Amino acid sequence: MTGELGQLALCFALALSLVMAGAGLIGARADAQQARNIANGAAMGLFVFVALAFGTLTYAFIHSDFSIADVANNSHTLKPLVYKISGVWGNHEGSMLLWVLVLAIYAALVAGLQRGGERLTSGALGVQGLLAAAFLLFILFTSNPFLRLDPAPFEGAGLNPLLQDPGLAVHPPMLYAGYVGLSAAFSYAAAALIVGEQPVRAGWARAARPFMLIAWIALTCGIALGSWWAYYELGWGGFWFWDPVENASLMPWLIATALLHSALATEKSGAFRTWTLLLAIAGFSLSLIGTFLVRSGVLSSVHAFASDPTRGFFIMVLIALAIGGALALFAWRAPSLQGGAAFEPVSRETSLLLNNVFLVAACACVFVGTLYPLVLDAVSGTKISVGPPYYALTFAPIFFALLVLVPLGPRLGWKRAELKPALQSLYPALGLAAVAAIAVLAIVSPRGLAATGAFAMAGWLIGASIIDVRKRKGARASAFAAALAHAGLGVTLMGVAGTTAWRSEALDVLSPGQTMTVGPYTLRFDGVTREKGPNYVADRAHVALMDGATVKTTLLPEHRFYPAEGQDMNDTAIRTTGLRDLYLALGDDRGSGRFTIRAYVSPLAPFIWLGALVMALGGLLSLWGRLRVREPEKNPAAPAQALAAE
Amino acid sequence: MTPKKKRRLAFAVALVAAGAGAAVLIVGALKDNVLYFRSPTDVAMKQVREGVAFRLGGLVEKGSVSHGAGANVHFTVTDGKSAVPVAFNGVLPALFREGQGVVALGAVDAAGTFEATEVLAKHDEKYMPPEVVDSLKRSGRWKEGS
Repeated sequence: MTGELGQLALCFALALSLVMAGAGLIGARADAQQARNIANGAAMGLFVFVALAFGTLTYAFIHSDFSIADVANNSHTLKPLVYKISGVWGNHEGSMLLWVLVLAIYAALVAGLQRGGERLTSGALGVQGLLAAAFLLFILFTSNPFLRLDPAPFEGAGLNPLLQDPGLAVHPPMLYAGYVGLSAAFSYAAAALIVGEQPVRAGWARAARPFMLIAWIALTCGIALGSWWAYYELGWGGFWFWDPVENASLMPWLIATALLHSALATEKSGAFRTWTLLLAIAGFSLSLIGTFLVRSGVLSSVHAFASDPTRGFFIMVLIALAIGGALALFAWRAPSLQGGAAFEPVSRETSLLLNNVFLVAACACVFVGTLYPLVLDAVSGTKISVGPPYYALTFAPIFFALLVLVPLGPRLGWKRAELKPALQSLYPALGLAAVAAIAVLAIVSPRGLAATGAFAMAGWLIGASIIDVRKRKGARASAFAAALAHAGLGVTLMGVAGTTAWRSEALDVLSPGQTMTVGPYTLRFDGVTREKGPNYVADRAHVALMDGATVKTTLLPEHRFYPAEGQDMNDTAIRTTGLRDLYLALGDDRGSGRFTIRAYVSPLAPFIWLGALVMALGGLLSLWGRLRVREPEKNPAAPAQALAAE
Repeated sequence: MTPKKKRRLAFAVALVAAGAGAAVLIVGALKDNVLYFRSPTDVAMKQVREGVAFRLGGLVEKGSVSHGAGANVHFTVTDGKSAVPVAFNGVLPALFREGQGVVALGAVDAAGTFEATEVLAKHDEKYMPPEVVDSLKRSGRWKEGS
């Protein structure tokens, strides 16, 4: 029964998305009030029916309804409840349904908030409707989560144990909130191109800004969660592997960051009008490409659920239509846009221009590194992989150059500014950078140029943010938000530099009672016990952290076997002081009680994710500032001034 | 030139300069920093140079895994036609099994042994690294559904 209900809800949702697309696009015209009302209603209806379908599937997973193929293939009665729920999106069909659910939520928000006026909203809803219809067709024809199995099996096949983890339960919804959030910016940009009249379209960047912010915050958190998961789950002590799947989420983040900055200039001073539109299109296009790369099975990874070629083909056609359509619209309509407002070489606009140039260049490096091996394989059959050295030579210097300029931007005024006072106000930050560099050179060994530079840069960023917060008491939330986000970058940079430069590693085969040392720590191996989890059995190592002859604490790394899935997994043990992680992984059984133990000491590792959290908080603060102050949208003062200035 | 044209030009110049800069960095980095994927047969046919890192993929030969002192481990990677001895000092992945697919990163030393710095196994029971599937297909040892 539940399966049929879900199926029916999806069909209704498809019909409503088509209504929303048609009515929304017609409603972008001035005299179509009726169509606008229909589009708004359809957006709410779409959300209700997609939520119903998603709820139905979740219900089937919770109650282990194995008559539904998707549940039988990806769930198991013995799984803990939280992983039964996260199993809903731990597979191809369910994750696509989650994608559409997030899309429907954004559409309902667009319709509910009515930002940027009725006509622009209506056009945006029309484009959202087209996207929703395309993805719903994709689900119904190639990836239906409600297909039945007859007879129903007694037990399900289980979920990949790698995915049975709290971090990964939240990671996909976060990332999708980011990917699909960029679709709202994309829809507003397309609506601005569709609506002809300048006064109507001018406010699109301001209207879309909360959605850009939500998308950016969600992407930041999603990427950080994924990286944190890789750190504690994979057992290699690394946090970022430049894996194509990671890159697929990093690229939209880089463009979303560029978009946030460029849209600010468009909104406040009217600069970069066409460029911001193009970035909004590029951001969502990269989200789609990321989804395709990750989900189609082109890349081999835990994320590649689908190996069915028709799915890959369908997604490819969908991407081609979305990107091609948007770019064609851009080429057709953008020339009719009035050029951006003028600005002097030293101005806030120039700093934002450089920000965009560096971010786009950095994204291009990641793009080439990710796609070149795929293209080369398709063209010549030569198989290569592009690893960290490539990114160290391309991405790193470009990003470093960007960071040098970060503190300057917020100190320059719009249109025309003076460089000298801006630099003078930064002297304390420069001092902090020098202190950080000297401290690193004096105290820590081994000395390294990269680490010294990174810490100087972190001092520069954080110092500038502190000055911002102190000097601008009573300033708007947005100034604090920027300071916080930029400081977060500095914190993450310290974490990355600290673990990369000063990580120590030890690897040993130990019998019970034997000790090993790693960094400043002495560890005693106290043997292995057999433990039983809810749906796994584990070898649990007892490793005592020694302080002289006394045991300070015991760490318990595990090696788990999941019988339902027939898979092995490592569960690391991490003890953190906040400044330094002690990280243990249990290796293979060498017989007669001897086991391989791998230990890392990673200085400042927690800073990597702490920094991301600070960045996300900055984003949240900016969002709060936006939504709290009801800006006079009916009276678009800033764009009007910008028009007058031309 | 009007200020507007000037600004347009500056924008274009900045973009072109950044594009050119990124292109130079990318091409330079790609020249020396890509890892090629080789099968044991490629290695036997002397297609790799000593000391140059690459990725070796195939099946772990049955009965070939032996542990040395400390965390040292030796095994053989085969594609059914040729086999390459591999030495590795580290923890093997949880899914490392004899007779199953593996990808190792490293270089061949003077004695012809592949010194691995990293060993990756497949993610789960059903999944085989696509490179390994390809190399088994080329050597004619691939059975569908195996």
